[in-house]
Amino acid sequence: MAQQPGARGLVFNEPLIFEHGRKGRAGCDVPKSEFPEIDPATVAPPSMLRGPLEGLAEVSEPEAVRHFTRLSQWNYGVDSNFYPLGSCTMKYNPKVNEAAARMEGFAGLHPLQDASTTQGALRVMYDLEKMLCEVAGMDAASLQPAAGAQGEFAGLLLIRAYHKEKGNPRKKVIIPDSGHGTNPASAALCDYAAVTLPSGPDGLIDLALLEKEMDGDTAALMLTNPNTLGMFEKNIKKVCEIVHAKGGLVYGDGANLNAVMGKARFGDMGIDVCHMNLHKTFSTPHGGGGPGSGPVLAKKILEPYLPAPRVTLRDGVYGLDFNRPKSIGALNAFWGNFGVYLRAYAYVLTMGGSGLKEASETAVLNANYILAKLRGAYHVPYEGTCMHECVLSDKFQQEHHVSTLDIAKGLIDRGFHPPTIYFPLIVKGAMMIEPTETESMETMDTFIAAMKEIADVAKTDPESLAAAPVTAKVKRLDETQAARQPDLRYRR
Amino acid sequence: MRYLPLTSEEKSAMLGAIGVAAVDDLFTAIPADIRFKGNWNLPAPMGEQPLLAHLKELARQNRPATSAPTFLGAGAYNHFIPSAVDQLISRSEFYTSYTPYQPEISQGTLQAIYEWQSYVCSLFNMEVANASMYDGASALAEAALMACRVTRKEEIVISNCVHPRWRQVARSYTENRGIGLQVSADHVAGRSEAASLEKLITAHTAAVVVQSPNFFGNVEDLKAIGELCRAKNVLFIVAVAEAASLGFLAPPGDFGADIVVGEGQSLGIPMSFGGPYVGMFATREKHMRQMPGRLCGRTVDKDGRPGFVLTLSAREQHIRREKATSNICSNQALCALTATIYLTLMGKQGFADTAKNCFYAAAELRRRMRPTHRHPFFNEILVELNQPAVEVNGRLAEQGIIGGYDVSRDYPDMKNKMLLAVTELTTKQDMDRLIEAGGA
Ligand SMILES: Cc1ncc(COP(=O)(O)O)c(C=O)c1O
Repeated sequence: MAQQPGARGLVFNEPLIFEHGRKGRAGCDVPKSEFPEIDPATVAPPSMLRGPLEGLAEVSEPEAVRHFTRLSQWNYGVDSNFYPLGSCTMKYNPKVNEAAARMEGFAGLHPLQDASTTQGALRVMYDLEKMLCEVAGMDAASLQPAAGAQGEFAGLLLIRAYHKEKGNPRKKVIIPDSGHGTNPASAALCDYAAVTLPSGPDGLIDLALLEKEMDGDTAALMLTNPNTLGMFEKNIKKVCEIVHAKGGLVYGDGANLNAVMGKARFGDMGIDVCHMNLHKTFSTPHGGGGPGSGPVLAKKILEPYLPAPRVTLRDGVYGLDFNRPKSIGALNAFWGNFGVYLRAYAYVLTMGGSGLKEASETAVLNANYILAKLRGAYHVPYEGTCMHECVLSDKFQQEHHVSTLDIAKGLIDRGFHPPTIYFPLIVKGAMMIEPTETESMETMDTFIAAMKEIADVAKTDPESLAAAPVTAKVKRLDETQAARQPDLRYRR
Repeated sequence: MRYLPLTSEEKSAMLGAIGVAAVDDLFTAIPADIRFKGNWNLPAPMGEQPLLAHLKELARQNRPATSAPTFLGAGAYNHFIPSAVDQLISRSEFYTSYTPYQPEISQGTLQAIYEWQSYVCSLFNMEVANASMYDGASALAEAALMACRVTRKEEIVISNCVHPRWRQVARSYTENRGIGLQVSADHVAGRSEAASLEKLITAHTAAVVVQSPNFFGNVEDLKAIGELCRAKNVLFIVAVAEAASLGFLAPPGDFGADIVVGEGQSLGIPMSFGGPYVGMFATREKHMRQMPGRLCGRTVDKDGRPGFVLTLSAREQHIRREKATSNICSNQALCALTATIYLTLMGKQGFADTAKNCFYAAAELRRRMRPTHRHPFFNEILVELNQPAVEVNGRLAEQGIIGGYDVSRDYPDMKNKMLLAVTELTTKQDMDRLIEAGGA
């Protein structure tokens, strides 16, 4: 068996930044102003002015650099090793994309500059919208939503505006029970009742149930395709027909787009509006939890409602059009996470159409390879081939009182980031494994070996898994204490 | 393709292990009638070398504010960023990780969030802060929603001296929930008057919202407005669009604010044509469980060693679904880390000194121009012109100068005025050139 990557690295203890430094130390040198140093008290009463800034650190630059470097060493990233976090598409984050986002011609632009001085940036936005529309088979897009959840919010607002214009915004949104938590939360944010649709025995949408649930009060069905079990909704056309027949619209959560690029398009399936996650499918880094970008894409019928401003091209000149009387308005102080668009733009150009298709094919191949190799060692709740991710459960290990959480922590000791666990909610003890296309066969083989070894250890030495992880910076943390006695900030 | 490691031999071996003949056999779940067979109108793959050349050419078609004398603010500011900031956020253990769902291997991100939450509390003088929101505008919208949850009321009184675009975002978030925004008309005075806000307060009012310094750069009388809110028993929400002002002005928490939100772009984050930035969000402890977004807390591990976890997640969408306090999932973590590193480097003295330098530049600009208002200020000034701002800006552009913001775009009755922003990077020469070329 190949050696597993887990080992003990160089890990330092590091206190909070507030416990560092000495009075009078500084990590910057602020030049003296060229302007007269007038006394602030001459323009504002003392009660409006700041006293000494309590709570900021007093450290030198080398101390600050060492502090954050040490913190970084306690983190696991895609650049560290395999990160099969299902539904999150933790693919490699290309370095040229980082270079693009840092070019001064982009990073130095103020969002309110005159369009004549931002033509290159506007072109990136315009072209990216067009390319994303082509990937999804949609007619129009707005890049503005800052993440997937805001994309959902935007999409549902479009749906609401559409129904409202027809005279009735309608009352509810149907969401399969396999849907992500942001789906019902976004529906609620648009003042829709979220109605949960139980999945059929095959893990897919139950057409008969949908037919029963679908009525004139339903604004939309919100689905993920492939769904969160990693399965393609093969009746998607019929599903859309049922919803459309009652005047509803279909929303597509694009979290799993990495499975189907060049293979099938939301627009062709009958889906009316969707979002994409540039931080998943389009390789932009996840940043420890963001920033992402969640462009919303729609069919022609919804275009008038897209967030303002829209990027325009007229007579070879790019501009921003704010005059959008039917628009759902603004979601963001400016035009969204432009720095993320640049990275996605660089990615699409690098891959090209053929590369994107190959990425999806490889992502699906990899997920199926892992599924094939782990079948038997782990319970597979829904049989058959999968798309870009596979869902396993801890059913076999539960016989030895080993849970999905224990398996996840066991993986940490073996040098891997665990899969997404306990999601989707419809699988008890779910482990959702998404390898992505950027992993080598050797890496996947070491992961498979680690998973199999854990399955063996679950039988022979379950206590060792209950104690895991032991090689990480800390052992399992007391979450109950964290919630019961919240300590959310440093106090001197 | 350099991002895709599998060789064709490996692919064959893997297909064999799966038990299918070809990759296409894995896509049979997609019915034939929706298989994409069309001509995909996407470009051919591009190597790194031509790609960089192309991107450089596009970048060249922009004239970045960072390389010109610039006086544009209105929610995004050109501040100095120490070199160490980008070096540190480029540690890929930070930027290639995701939300710290597995705390044992995410302590770096978690401790940094805890430090960020602590910094936000200190800057605002508030009790609890979250891990971040998308930006200042969406943070304000979420604050309005939270105020309605806390008070079980459905109206928000908001000053029209709040950034116009932030008000639009608040409207997008509240409108469909039947929450009314009552907007004051304080722009002529340039400052929110307690009396004019008071007129809009009803029995249904959840909160009063002001921004300070406000959109016109004027510092609000937070003391008077805070007292009004307490007298009327409504929540007091304060927005801060220019975080650098927190080094100079008394924090909103000093005036009894219940929720404080802010845009953290000024804290080491490049302007980058509008994003990504970072929304700051803080409140009082008693409202902690009504907050949106992620929270990081300190706890101990099995051996009693200190460590950090995401906590109080019973508020969040992955647990509470439609009953969650917000739909936010991914936030702006790396931008919050950027701001944390920036604040650490600037430190107690550097942050205050930088803010003072902004103020000195603004005071000088005010002395040399004709300010519309006479209120306390920080680094933005609304000035009177003899002509429409577009014309003056056009003249400035010819000289390579980026002028100020034309407020008539949002306030049609405010003609011949321009909102000018300065920072610690504004030089005397920039100012001389502005006044010379502007000729107003
Ligand atoms: C299926 C699904 N939908 C929606 C989201 C929300 O996306 P974001 O975190 O970008 O808001 C996620 C991811 O986290 C997801 O996995």
